[in-house]
Amino acid sequence: MPVKSTGQAIAEALALAMDRDENVFLAGEGIGTSIHVNPHLPTFGLLERFGPRRVRDTPVSEAAIAGLAVGASCMGLRPVVEIMFFPFITLASDMLVNHAAKLRYLSGGLSAFPLTVRVKSGVFSAGCQHSHHLEAWLAHAPGLKVAYPSNPADAKGLLLSAIFDPDPVVVVEDMPLYWSIHGEVPEGDARVPLGQARVAREGGDATLATYGGAVHVALAAAEALAAEGVSLEVIDLRSLVPLDTAAVFASVRKTGRFLALHDATRFCGFGAELCATVAEACFGELTSPPCRIAAPDIPVPFTPAQEAFYKPSADQVTQAVRRMVRG
Amino acid sequence: MQRQPLDRDQRIALLADMLLIRAFEERIVQMAHEKGRLPGMQITCMGQEAVAAGVVRALAPDDVVVTNHRSHGHLLARGVDPGALMAEIMGKQDGLNRGKSGTLHLADPSRNVLMTSTVVGAAPPLAVGAAFAQHYRGEANATCVFFGDGAAAEGSVHEAMNLAAVWRLPVLFVCESNCWAGAQAHKEHCPIGEIARRAGSYAMPGVMADGNAVEQVHDAARDLLGHVRAGRGPALLECHTYRMRGHGEHDPQHYVDKAELALWAERDPIALHAEALRRAGLLEPDAAERLRQIATAAVDAAVAFADASPYPPAAEALDHLYVNPLPPLAKEG
Ligand SMILES: Cc1ncc(C[n+]2csc(CCOP(=O)(O)OP(=O)(O)O)c2C)c(N)n1
Ligand SMILES: [Mg+2]
Repeated sequence: MPVKSTGQAIAEALALAMDRDENVFLAGEGIGTSIHVNPHLPTFGLLERFGPRRVRDTPVSEAAIAGLAVGASCMGLRPVVEIMFFPFITLASDMLVNHAAKLRYLSGGLSAFPLTVRVKSGVFSAGCQHSHHLEAWLAHAPGLKVAYPSNPADAKGLLLSAIFDPDPVVVVEDMPLYWSIHGEVPEGDARVPLGQARVAREGGDATLATYGGAVHVALAAAEALAAEGVSLEVIDLRSLVPLDTAAVFASVRKTGRFLALHDATRFCGFGAELCATVAEACFGELTSPPCRIAAPDIPVPFTPAQEAFYKPSADQVTQAVRRMVRG
Repeated sequence: MQRQPLDRDQRIALLADMLLIRAFEERIVQMAHEKGRLPGMQITCMGQEAVAAGVVRALAPDDVVVTNHRSHGHLLARGVDPGALMAEIMGKQDGLNRGKSGTLHLADPSRNVLMTSTVVGAAPPLAVGAAFAQHYRGEANATCVFFGDGAAAEGSVHEAMNLAAVWRLPVLFVCESNCWAGAQAHKEHCPIGEIARRAGSYAMPGVMADGNAVEQVHDAARDLLGHVRAGRGPALLECHTYRMRGHGEHDPQHYVDKAELALWAERDPIALHAEALRRAGLLEPDAAERLRQIATAAVDAAVAFADASPYPPAAEALDHLYVNPLPPLAKEG
């Protein structure tokens, strides 16, 4: 299997979807002509390949971009729109939360909105108006689906599933993975179904569920713990909505311990949902209380040491697991 | 409206402001390419100095400034301490905002630089709020908001202008129309071409100025501020200029026509103004060079100050979120 960067894998999914289905088009800010010359950016080269009819640079207008996706999808197109950075999804949120998520329901099932929003996440020294992990917001809006890949094969496979899914899907792309994480990527239309978690590392002492870039933090922690004889099972959720609770429960029933990890802040973060779900379903099998490892409840700080302070680390994970396993 | 002609000192002050901004931004550009020197992306207003100097010098000290991601010039023209600004850009403890802002979200309330938003199109509604407060209290001051031509495509800018107009709020909307929004050329996002012409749809005055001609910018700003201060509602000033660098220093400008760039380089706002002063007999042959040296020395001092400042402690990340911090959550067990 060819090895690709995460960004290249996403680009491959976009190109494949456009090749397969004339109804697929792309729109967003700087997705055609970009300030960047970087082959690891997912939209790199797509304007040249598919032309300006299908690869649309928009003005700086997030509400219109999201509205475009809602309206065009209701007409039977399959829009794939990009919101440049996660905090700017707030500008698109009326169209996503009040419209994409609700209009099918309001139509009594008459309409469908097969749209995809790609949004770039990550912490990259630009401060909190460029970095804010809002996935729990999105997951809290019934009617939206939310995928959050951690590696090239999943980034490609989940995006393909999102594009051909009949419902609105937001795919959160951890931008630093575009160039930092390379991996084998199956060729062709290799979809990864939404709602199917993956055991990223097997283990028997505790279960940790996470998604996106945090998967790599969890894996580093699992490696360090293994050296101490503690075996951590890491579950990469891949999508938050739908959520593969079966995979999580099966693992928790094996280990008796549960941790949730994410780069988003702790209070009302997605980890709260995970811990509650696990506590409800596996209460009797848990040998210790579920535990959240998350960012502190502050905006993403700018200055480097504070930025590092914000981001949950492998050290925090190993400490939490040790506390849990050793009592 | 009768406006006082500028005297020699005022005209030279405009030059000095632009030289300081230029020297500061040149240093940012230089340091941006020294590995590990500055955290994050570096966005400068190189080439747009006349807008900052011309508009800000037209403001009174009590007027309020709200700005965007390309704000260094606005702050420096406002008299913000270059050392504190540089330290902030470096993320240092003695920075304007104790390293919480970095280059993108600067605020200096002591100079009435009320706030900055790097969310494109957010500054105009924020400015409407500031102007409302001025109006509500019956103050004679105005709020000046800077935004880009690209930002004018955000719905928030329309809402802000409309509300300011129906409520006759004292806002001077200043569009820095620098021919680009990221890699997107002006005509790709602005069907009317001139954003100033949109003023008509809010029944407010709209003026297009040559953004590289500092006195023209300054005069237009003074005239429009006269209108705003007279309680006649907001006004829109569009300054036609050019972004001489990439969007930020991470942008190699590969999509920019080099001939166009060269044409604008010919119209450098500092050279144009220095030449005008020389022709008017107001600038001795070596005076511009002396002013440039003063600006460079100020920037040297700013860098030295910033370098000497420590980084704020990591745990200070938890501070400054609330005026009245939340009580700690009870711990289990
Ligand atoms: C809401 C939002 N969308 C996108 C961006 C990313 N972005 C930052 S600056 C910029 C271009 C802005 O162009 P313009 O308003 O003309 O200002 P200029 O950079 O030219 O000064 C974009 C798209 C952003 N910061 N905020
Ligand atoms: Mg612009």
